[in-house]
This record gives sequence, C-alpha cells and structure tokens, in this order.
Amino acid sequence: MARRSRFPSWLSTLLIALGIYILVLVAQSMEWISTYWYNVIQLAGLTAISALGLNLIYGFNGQFSLGHIGFYAIGAYGSALITKDFVTPWSGNRVGALSWIIAGQVGVLVAMLVLRLLRVGALRKRLAAALQAEFKPYEVRLAVTVVSLVLVGIGVGVGVAVAWGLQKGLAAGLAGLARWPDALGQNMVFFIALLCGGTMAALVAYLIGLPLLRLSSDYFGIATLGFSVMIYTALQNSDQVIPTMKGARGMVGIPLWTTWTWVFAALVVVVVIMRNLIHSSYGRAIVSVREDEIASKTMGNDVAQLKAMAFAFGAFFAGVAGGLYAHLFGFLHPSTFNFVKGFDPLIIVVFGGLGSMTGTILGSAIFALIIEGLRVLLPQGFEDWRFVVYPIILLLIMLLRQKGLLGTTEWGWLRAPLPPAREIPVPERAVSAKPEEVG
Amino acid sequence: MKNPLIKWPLRVIIWAIYGLLAAGIVWGVISLVRFKGPVYFVQSVIDGLRLGFVYALVALGYTMVYGIVRLINFAHGDVFMVGAFTSFYAISQYGWGFVPAIALAMAVCMLLNVVIERVAYKPLRDAPRIAALITAVGVSFFLEYFTALKWVFGPDFVSYKRPFEVVIWEIGGVRIPNITAIIMGVTIFLLLALQYIVRRTKIGKAMRATALDKPTARLMGINVDGVITLTFAIGAALGGAGGVLYAIAYPQIWTFMGIMPGLKAFTAAVLGGIGEITGAFIGSLLMGSIEVLVVSFLPTGSRLRDLIAFLVLIIVFLVKPTGIMGKVEVEKV
Repeated sequence: MARRSRFPSWLSTLLIALGIYILVLVAQSMEWISTYWYNVIQLAGLTAISALGLNLIYGFNGQFSLGHIGFYAIGAYGSALITKDFVTPWSGNRVGALSWIIAGQVGVLVAMLVLRLLRVGALRKRLAAALQAEFKPYEVRLAVTVVSLVLVGIGVGVGVAVAWGLQKGLAAGLAGLARWPDALGQNMVFFIALLCGGTMAALVAYLIGLPLLRLSSDYFGIATLGFSVMIYTALQNSDQVIPTMKGARGMVGIPLWTTWTWVFAALVVVVVIMRNLIHSSYGRAIVSVREDEIASKTMGNDVAQLKAMAFAFGAFFAGVAGGLYAHLFGFLHPSTFNFVKGFDPLIIVVFGGLGSMTGTILGSAIFALIIEGLRVLLPQGFEDWRFVVYPIILLLIMLLRQKGLLGTTEWGWLRAPLPPAREIPVPERAVSAKPEEVG
Repeated sequence: MKNPLIKWPLRVIIWAIYGLLAAGIVWGVISLVRFKGPVYFVQSVIDGLRLGFVYALVALGYTMVYGIVRLINFAHGDVFMVGAFTSFYAISQYGWGFVPAIALAMAVCMLLNVVIERVAYKPLRDAPRIAALITAVGVSFFLEYFTALKWVFGPDFVSYKRPFEVVIWEIGGVRIPNITAIIMGVTIFLLLALQYIVRRTKIGKAMRATALDKPTARLMGINVDGVITLTFAIGAALGGAGGVLYAIAYPQIWTFMGIMPGLKAFTAAVLGGIGEITGAFIGSLLMGSIEVLVVSFLPTGSRLRDLIAFLVLIIVFLVKPTGIMGKVEVEKV
C-alpha cells in the first residue's frame, strides 16, 4: 500500500503553484524581467494548456493527432473575432460576432440533438437489415446513404433555423454587455470569448472526430495533419468571407487583454479539470482505449464516443490556449498555425512524457526556455544557428530519454488519488502479541 | 420486403439515383472539358501528371521506409531538397550534364540518408515509435536550418539552371515541353528498376520478408539492419532524383522547398495505401492531377489547392480507411 504523507499533496502543489504565480507577478511589477521575458513566460503557460490537450488526446487516449495546431487556430481566430468586435465593432454591432458565434454553436448542437432524436444509427441498421434479403449490397448501401443524408439535411436545416432565430435575440440580449463598466465588461467578454474559442474548437473536433477516429493510428495522424493544412489554407483565404480576418496579411487590432493572471488561472482550471477527468471512471475508460481498444470495447465502453469526447476535450484546451495567444500579441497570422509549428505541442508532450501532466507542464517551460534561451546564449553573428542547435538538443534528448523526461510519473496532487483513509480494525490477537511479551 | 409492390419501385428509385449520380459525374467532366476547351483540359491533365510523377518518386521513399520500419520519415522532404541543391551545384558550378548530375544527387542523398538512419533512427529501433518520429522532425529541422546557413546553401531562393535547352512540342494544340517527357521517362525507368529490385532479386525478397515480419526474417538469416539501411538508401536515391526533377520543372530552389512537396508526396502515399509501391504511384498521379486541375479550373484555385488536395484525402479515408490500394487489416484478439 502506498504511504500517505502527513503533508497533503494538494497543499504542497498549491503552495508551489502560488509561489510561481506570485514570483512572476512580482518579477514583472518590480521589472526584474523585461516585457519580452514576461511574454515568453505567458507563452509557455498557454503552450502548456494546448499541450495538455494534446496529452489527453495522444498520451491518455492514444489517438495520434497531428492536427492540434488547427484547433489552436480556431480558438485564436474565433475569440479574436469576438473581442475585436467588442473593441472596434467591425460587424456594426459590438456584440454582433459574439451573438453569431454563440448562435452558430447552439445551432450545431441542436442539429446534433435532432439527429440523436431521429436515431439515425438505429434507423440505418434497421433499414439495412430490412433491405439485405432482397437487394444487392451496393443497392442497400446507396439506400442507406441517401436516407441518412436526408436525415442529416433535416437536422442541419433545423440547426440553421434555430441559429438564425437565436442570433437576433442574443444580439439584443447581449447588448447590455456593452453598457457594463469598462473593466468588468471587458473581462466578461474576454472570458466568454475564451470559452467560445474553446467550444468552437471542441465542436469542430467532435464533428470531424466521429468519422475520422475510426481510422487506425497513422492514418488518423495524416488525416488530422491534412485537417490542419486545410485550416491553414482556409485562414489564408479568410478575408474573402470575413474581411476583418485579413487572410494572408494577418489579423490586427485584437485587444491585448492576456495577462499572466489570465494565463495562470486558465492553466489551473485546465489542470484541475483534466486531473479530475483522468482519475474519474470516465477517465479510466479513456485510458483503457489507449491500452487496448478491443478489450475496452469488450468491457462495455462506447469506444467511438470516448475517443471523440477525449478529442473534443483536448481541442477545447487548445482552443482556449489559442484565444490566450491571440490576445497576448494582438496579431494573428496564418503562418503561426502552419503545420510545421503543429509539431511543437507534439514535441513537448513526447519530451515531457506521454501520459504525464507534470511532464507536459515542465516540458512546455523547458521548451520555451530552450527556444528563447538560445536567442540569448548564442554569440553575436550566430543567430541563424538557433534552429540548428535546437534540433540537435531535441535529438540528444530523444536518444537519451526515449520515454520522455518523466515517462508516465506524476507529481504531487496530479498523482492518482489514493482511496479514502479507513481505520483498519486491529484484530485482538495482534494487539496481545506484543514483541516484549513474546520473550 | 417480399412484397413486389414495394420492392420494385424501391429498386427503380435506387437505380434512378445511381443514374443521376453517373449523369452528374459525366456532366461534370463534360462541362470541365468544355469550360475552356478540350485542349486546355488535356494540357492541365498532362501538367498534373508531370507533377504527379515527381511526387511518385518522393512518395516511394516514404512508403518503402514506412512499410519496413513503420516510421513517417519527415526528413525525407529535406533529403529531396539536398538532391535538388546537389544537382544545382554540379550543373551550374562544374557544368555537368543531366545524367551525371542526377546520378550524383542520388548518390549524395543515399549517403546522407544512410548517415541519418544510423545516427538518428537506429538507436531508437526498440523505443516507442513516437520517439523516432520526433527525431525525424528534428532531423528535418536540422537539415532545413543548417543548409540555410550562409556558408552552406544560403537562405535565399536560387534560380536553377536547367542542364538542357527547353524544347516545346505541340501536338494538336497541346504544348508538351521536353521537361515533361524527361520527368516521365526518368520516373518510369526508376520505378521499373525498383520493381525489378523488389520483385526479382534476392535482396528484394529480403526486403519484402523484413517488411512482413522482422523477427522471423531475422531467424531466416536475413541481415535485418542491413536491409533497413538499404531501404533508406534506395528511398533517398529516388527522393534525390525527385528533387532534381522538381527543380527542373519549377526552377526556383531554396532550403525549405522540401516541406510542401514532401507532405504532398507522403499524403499521396497514404492516399494510395501506405506500404504499397503501386498505391504510392497511383496516389501520386491522383494528387498531382487534382492539384493542377484545381489551379486551372477554379477561379481562386492557386490559393485553394492544398485545401482541396487534403479534402480529397479525407473523403477517400471516409470511404476506404486504408487508402485506395491498402489492405484491410482485421484486428484479432
């Protein structure tokens, strides 16, 4: 049995986290660190959020995703549209983008609900079973496809109608936000924007995840890589649909609202959610999918749903991180979300240790330190060598620590919780048999 | 559904839908051809195939390596770039001809990839697969940024001097430069050579055995490490040749030129069913044609080419999860 320390692990973890938080805050206000390093620290924090999402998808659920940067981009642009609208109304109404995005998401949810209520899956099966006897397989397949397409059409129609109706009401209802006192309204909008960025990413992840997660490991990786390239290309052409996104020229005019407090708070919330998720029965089911999909299915887990949900959760974290990124620098360019950059979270997760949250957080910090530290460490005239030295370090680390920095070990409160303490009744005989009485 | 009153109308409806689909496809193709005239259409297809043939050479390197060690060798696109630069120096600095230049590029790439394999991948053969993938990404970064240093290849675009004069033949209005003929010829020659090695020689048999089952192959007395190294070497040679041909077709080279073609070629290999040589070839031709057709026929095609190319990949995956030629592996307990 694992030993229980007198000092509760949550307390030590909390103290250290608070210590880091206050240290950075003090260092920034006392100007011990430059704005540049302050930004680097924030960047490391939000990268940790995104990487934790990937760790949930790849480390805990075992789904090899190369498209994480795509969800990061969705969150970044989605939340930037909302807050930019609030500061400099590009849609003509300060809460126009906000109401559209919320209404759109509700519409998607309604469409999904309608499809669930129509029982598309069961209908397809029954139709196929009914037709099987008399019709040829390709005829059955076509009939089933057409019927499900019609049903999907109904669902989408209902969703669009709901979104359309809801947007008007929301725009009127949310207009009050613009009349709130500046600081309060701003923080509220930022909070909602971050959430919306996350949920947008999660919805997209769920929708593409359901069909794509049937693919086996490497095929799924390539499909998600393709997805991130598609997002990248779409962002480059985004100005044709929404002019304010400015396409390949880069989106400007996003308010600089991200602070260390926001990043830290988001990181804490994400860590708490993820830790509790993973150690719940639900989380164990997620991990069981990684260990052995067939065995997990045999135990009665809905593997497809579990994978899609883990994927959506991971994407949600990436979306929130993207939102924080957008408001850190106030400028978004599609090349930030290029698929080559998409390897960064993967490198962090593998480097920190797959399936270790502590490792991911530590990995993000070290990653930022290596990338930015090389800028300082390399002598004059050798700036070009930064990305020559970095892959060498990466290679050495991978060769020396093949399972990552921490493997799957966790630290402090992040460790799996022990079962609640129980008083173990001591049998009578054991009490009487004291050592001194034996002799 | 024994009732003929239900069965036959239903059947008619189903066939009507099939008929509509077929008519739609035919109508689509006809309107594509008529949109800017048949000559333009044939021209686009041929240009697309040219790109596809280049992709095929690169895709083979990916698919062979994947087939044998299950590694997505992200550094392959950069080996492709080194091939292009090697031939560039051979041609413009030393005035070499086309054939020696391409042979040199292939040899240099072979050597480079063997070194990469020995240094970066071999120590990780028993590690989790992701570790090797990360080192592959690292090697890719290293090759890109190291060669971008001023005293190596330099960070700028370099215009590539073709080793031969461009001659354009016109057949019924379709303009076919000799570049296209050379690319197709070289690719087909190398493909046939590869097929000969893999199917007819002893070493090819060893490669197939290793791809199938490594421990058993080792028990049969096959030098598995040697075979893996050889696979990397052959893949790199094909990739290097692909780099030279790509540079001849699109004569602007720089050290980051390998990223996108590498990704496309790998996608093409996956599209065709990874691990399959024929599949990689078919997937590459498809990928190249789609790309060029999108650029020629959509008003903003040149900006949307990647989006449509990957959309096709995802649609193929949804219909057939292992790619066009891929074998379906049934998982057993």
